[in-house]
Amino acid sequence: MSAGEQALTGTLAVPLSLRGPASVRVVAGFGFWLFLLSDIIIFAALFASYAVLSGSTAGGPNAAELFDKRHVFLETLCLLASSVTCGFGTLAIYRSDARAMYFWMGMTFLLGLCFLTMEGREFASLVAAGAGPSHSAFLSAFFTLVGTHGLHVTLGLVWLVVMLLQVSTLGFHPMVGRRFFCFGLFWHALDIVWIGVFTIVYLGAK
Amino acid sequence: MDMQVQAEGQAPGVDPHERHGARSYLIGLAYALTLTLASFWAASTSLVYAPAVPILLATLAIAQMGVHVAFFLHISTAPDQANNFLALAFGVFVTALIVFGSLLIMANLNHHMMPMDELMKMQR
Repeated sequence: MSAGEQALTGTLAVPLSLRGPASVRVVAGFGFWLFLLSDIIIFAALFASYAVLSGSTAGGPNAAELFDKRHVFLETLCLLASSVTCGFGTLAIYRSDARAMYFWMGMTFLLGLCFLTMEGREFASLVAAGAGPSHSAFLSAFFTLVGTHGLHVTLGLVWLVVMLLQVSTLGFHPMVGRRFFCFGLFWHALDIVWIGVFTIVYLGAK
Repeated sequence: MDMQVQAEGQAPGVDPHERHGARSYLIGLAYALTLTLASFWAASTSLVYAPAVPILLATLAIAQMGVHVAFFLHISTAPDQANNFLALAFGVFVTALIVFGSLLIMANLNHHMMPMDELMKMQR
């Protein structure tokens, strides 16, 4: 019997108002999901400003002259792989398998750090070449959009370290599981934002 | 399947029955990799009619976002996920409003703006 049929015919056909409060896990997950969606709306505003300003180069270099697609492809691979290892880490938490969890979350951290290092080097080389955020409206929008994503990844890495410390001290407590699970949602959402970044900023460069 | 979870709905990404497991992530990885490679190929190839490339890139990006939502975040249209899916739909709606609305308004403003040199002449 499918979940839908069960809900209609079984004892579960209870009105929503009579079911009582949802469990903490569901409420925490849903609340965090709403936060993530509002975060994505912030990125939507930054994407919109980038799209509007991407032609305003003030006589300086444009996107096609500045960006290296091979570099961006490696960054994309790092982030995609870290999303998958984060998923494996979450499965290890469901099984309360500490060794697998440390391994996969450690991989997630290293891949995230790889991504950040590559992005940092790209920013440094742009600034060194005189294409810093103060050069043109296009570069201001670029550094704001990509920098905000990078800042999110940095915060994600700090959060991951805190979560690993919490598992090592508190063990697989339900509260720790909930937090770790919110971290997973955050990490996957950052990867989704990155799809927009590499498509619009790097591949869409003309 | 525990009744409690059924009755209360489901948090996004939660997988209490291990229905997805590692397989879901591997399938998602395969799709995402294929779509990423296709995007980078489409951006650098001359085989595709050039004015169509941005539309192709947008299609590939939206498809990949869908893959991530379905296989990594495990958001679906299942009845126990109604809240998550509705929130997602609203988020997508607002995102589209902001992005397309900004582009439309700014393009319209540009269109109606007097060329800069004429503006300078008028100020003199």
